Amino acid sequence: MSSYYESDDLKKFAEIGRHAKPLADEFFKYYGMVTGQDGALSKREKALIALAIAHAEKCPYCIDAYTTACLEAGASSEQMMEAVHVAAAMKAGITLAHAIQMNNHLDKLIL
Amino acid sequence: MASRPESPYDFERVLRRHALELPPLDIGTLQLNITKRCNQACRHCHVDASPARTEMLSDRAIEACLEVLARHAHIHTVDITGGAPELHPQFRMLVERATALGKHVIVRHNLTVQIDGDPATHTAMDDFPAFFAAQRVEVVSSLPYYQAFFTDTQRGSGVFAKSIEALRRLNAVGYGQDGSGLILNLVYNPVGPYLPAAQASLEADYKRSLFENFGIRFNRLYTITNMPINRFRLHLEKSGQYATYMDKLLAAFNPAAAAAVMCRNLISVDHDGHLYDCDFNQQLGMKILTPSGQAASIFDFDYPQLLARRIRFAEHCLGCTAGAGSSCGGATV
Repeated sequence: MSSYYESDDLKKFAEIGRHAKPLADEFFKYYGMVTGQDGALSKREKALIALAIAHAEKCPYCIDAYTTACLEAGASSEQMMEAVHVAAAMKAGITLAHAIQMNNHLDKLIL
Repeated sequence: MASRPESPYDFERVLRRHALELPPLDIGTLQLNITKRCNQACRHCHVDASPARTEMLSDRAIEACLEVLARHAHIHTVDITGGAPELHPQFRMLVERATALGKHVIVRHNLTVQIDGDPATHTAMDDFPAFFAAQRVEVVSSLPYYQAFFTDTQRGSGVFAKSIEALRRLNAVGYGQDGSGLILNLVYNPVGPYLPAAQASLEADYKRSLFENFGIRFNRLYTITNMPINRFRLHLEKSGQYATYMDKLLAAFNPAAAAAVMCRNLISVDHDGHLYDCDFNQQLGMKILTPSGQAASIFDFDYPQLLARRIRFAEHCLGCTAGAGSSCGGATV
């Protein structure tokens, strides 16, 4: 059975360079510099941010990759779950913040 | 005859690709695996240790080990492991005599045996902190994480709480305390098929968390990579993760870690007195062979011959050479 998401496809990430290698090379260089080393943020903090974004963006590849990355950076299960809650709270807040737009439009429409 | 397909994880080929040769450098450490019996049966254990195991180093082999130690001044360290080595009836005698020879003695102490006692005889073992302190041995203890969840998942329900109690007892006799000279090192290993975090940053986390939450102090944290052999390999194969884990180890091959592998500086002894390049090779039955093809043994320990041997490598060696490296003393680079 075919599926839009196959876990083995995670290993094929590098193949995004198949038709535009120079662009992919630049991307991977940038990606490695941002996520692969300590900077002003530690590798662990970066991995937790990436894990939260993976959930917010609903990317199963990224969830697998950054669950592992968080563990390899020494994160605890509590830290990882809190990161997901940050994503969830942001999603809820973003949804609710749009109620201002709804209210504004409602004010315009009603007499 | 059809040739066997080459393994993608052929360690010797990886070494050739990096133009690396890893001959022995010296034999500074004699590591004795004196029993496979243990009060625990951890999911990742490369020894497949459990309360049901019966292997014990014989009295004759203990005498041979002590004779080798007495004869070779440059073997400065005796690293006693198992199983839970405290379950060997001659454990205390071995420690006392090795210490009396002036050797640095390391005991790989699983902590919980202090609380559980002997699973067969129910003999209490709560006096080990005092014994270790009197002998001034270095204690190295596994604690897979500074919180209960990961620790109990790997080592069994309730192990974290018992380990904390055992660490408190070691602290109480001076272990891990500044100025005591009593060394207590902890061992982290991943709870699954992934690489350890950076040793220094994880050590800082352990120190902060264990002190703030439990008042516990220790000296160093050793990060050790899980070896893809025995019980852990079986878990990987059952869960369909063996190839993924091996690919990860292969991709993380680090030539500097390869140069620092522990087998270049130690000899491992099994319960029958046979010699191995390391404890992992021991568990796989990869004996050191003499030039005549015989299994080398503690009973005919030949230092120059052992120093001239060719170390036996296999797929699992990728575990010691991945990332920051892994050894019984933690990261190697």
